[in-house]
Amino acid sequence: MSDNSTTGSPHNAPQKRSFLQSLEVDLRLLGMIGAFFGICIIFNILTDGRFLTPRNIFNLTIQTVSVAIMATGMVFVIVTRHIDLSVGALLATCTAVMGMLQTAWLPQVFGLELGHPLIPWITILAGLITGALIGAAQGWLIGYQAIPAFIVTLGGLLIWRNVGWHMTDGATIGPLDKTFILFGGINGTLGVFWSWIVGISATGAALLAMWSGRNAKVKHGFPVKPVWAEITMMAVISTIILGFVATLNAYAVPERVVARNPSLYGCETAEGCVVAYGIPYSVLVLIAVAIVMTVIALRTRLGRYIFATGGNPDAAELSGINTRLLTVKIFAMVGVLSALAGVVASARLGYHTNDLGTLDELRVIAAAVIGGTALSGGIGTIYGAIIGALIMQSLQSGMAMVGVDAPYQNIVVGAVLVLAVWIDIQYRKRVGAKS
Amino acid sequence: MNTPLVEMKNVSIAFGGVHAVDDVSIELHAGEVVGLLGHNGAGKSTLIKMLSGAYKMDSGEIWIEGNRATINSPRDSRSYKIETIYQTLALADNLDAASNLFLGRELTTPFGFVDDSRMEAETRKIMARLNPNFKKLKEPVAALSGGQRQSVAIARAVYFNAKILIMDEPTAALGVHETAMVAELIGELKKQGLGIFLISHDTREMMDLCDRVSVMKNGKMVGTERVEDVTEDDILSMIILGKNPKASS
Repeated sequence: MSDNSTTGSPHNAPQKRSFLQSLEVDLRLLGMIGAFFGICIIFNILTDGRFLTPRNIFNLTIQTVSVAIMATGMVFVIVTRHIDLSVGALLATCTAVMGMLQTAWLPQVFGLELGHPLIPWITILAGLITGALIGAAQGWLIGYQAIPAFIVTLGGLLIWRNVGWHMTDGATIGPLDKTFILFGGINGTLGVFWSWIVGISATGAALLAMWSGRNAKVKHGFPVKPVWAEITMMAVISTIILGFVATLNAYAVPERVVARNPSLYGCETAEGCVVAYGIPYSVLVLIAVAIVMTVIALRTRLGRYIFATGGNPDAAELSGINTRLLTVKIFAMVGVLSALAGVVASARLGYHTNDLGTLDELRVIAAAVIGGTALSGGIGTIYGAIIGALIMQSLQSGMAMVGVDAPYQNIVVGAVLVLAVWIDIQYRKRVGAKS
Repeated sequence: MNTPLVEMKNVSIAFGGVHAVDDVSIELHAGEVVGLLGHNGAGKSTLIKMLSGAYKMDSGEIWIEGNRATINSPRDSRSYKIETIYQTLALADNLDAASNLFLGRELTTPFGFVDDSRMEAETRKIMARLNPNFKKLKEPVAALSGGQRQSVAIARAVYFNAKILIMDEPTAALGVHETAMVAELIGELKKQGLGIFLISHDTREMMDLCDRVSVMKNGKMVGTERVEDVTEDDILSMIILGKNPKASS
């Protein structure tokens, strides 16, 4: 095969490469996906096949979204050698603002009647702005006033949890707006047809991106993968995307749910009306967040500066990077993502409650760390954090399904967190020693 | 002589009562290498860090090509075509050579995204000139040897067409062969008309590379001499005694 790896770059002498090297798959990514599938298979056996049903995969997915959204932001925080302990509390303040806006403030103060079509959008926008402002304020204290992030966000954890409580007088707020709760998961899904459209477009976009990436490399005379490796990767990625869509599409809406309101599902009567959920809107939100955050990390100056600052803060400063403003931007981003996670979390419940997001900061940090983000800074990936969140969630719901008592669940999750980091350290040592 | 490339006039900076640099003046001409010598803590690095924007001076003036310059940050310094190679190299270890070379000045596509392919291609070109043995373009610079890391730092200064180059201990971490390469490069850049400030502890090396040497002690300038006018012993006594034998005789 006349691939370009030999003709394009004379200095890169053709050498024997292993199967995985040719595919250029990140070994750590492979390990994480392997661990995830391992967990799924073990629980599937322990639950007599109840774990890997379309229904459970659907539930697992929507339960992961909120933590995964915040974990993508936590990656940037940890990469720059900071920490954010306030995300769960920030989430609660944002949902309190959004809950109060849509049930009390907008209807009573601004005279928008309940159910007005603008209410959910104004609410979400206000929530995101609240998150951004609080995040930016914390970032300012950390970046410009040099208070350690641990302290600022530990204070934030206590403050924002209770600012939310103060705003609502401790009451549960709801029911939330009908459109708003569509972002919760099961209440808002694309349905079979649009799920396939999204799945097929996503596959097409992924293949196109891989192909144009290859062409760009060829244009600059860089070595590229052999064609067979490229095709294998394309096949694997297409299978994953389309398989995921097929699974979600296989989860049929229970008959009793259809019977409640058949017209909602495009049927005259409940008789013989078979419909499936498809992709939840909340998952689309997560996918959009993942794409945007990955593009920021890999393709923008902002992302480059985040990683440079994490690798060597002094070098970043001497290269003319405004690391203090960078800190403000990062924490503002986390604030926005916490608010977005708050939209999903409160919409899933249909209510704002004061304990919403409690201990989420720990889940989010654990997800990022299990996903390979190094607390020493400079290293981390968005996809890793999302897989980390998935691993955490599947462990927890798997153990719940098996019937493990809650205290034991936490013991296992804690042990897995430490184990994951230990494996990561060992892996890095090996790789570092070789190169 | 015509207008100096750089003129630092009566520059001072203090850190909590310690006068790290006290009323120092120094000038640098195009095509000239000026060496800064002195003990640890004499104020050499502090002096040039005011020129490179890492520190803000308390008093004094900086003139670049006859114009008063305001340098408050590394970015300001770069805008005057001043490039600095720090003793610590100031590299982000987790990024590859191209990302480090262009750090803070990334090439972007028309859509505003960083153009990694173009940056890598440019890095290949400049590395082929500076260090033909340099191959590890894809690896984080943490995986590189001392000399290779040094060449990344030098490439960063050379690529952006510096007029003024500051080199803080450029050969401290290098082997014999790599040191010779740096010396050769300094000669070449000098021919191209750059002005170079060189900091080193190695007096003999400085006598070979520099046109003039300035000696500092305890934050004060002891004296500046043309290398052909002094012996190595003169320089050493300036460093140790803090007195200029030429001036007193």
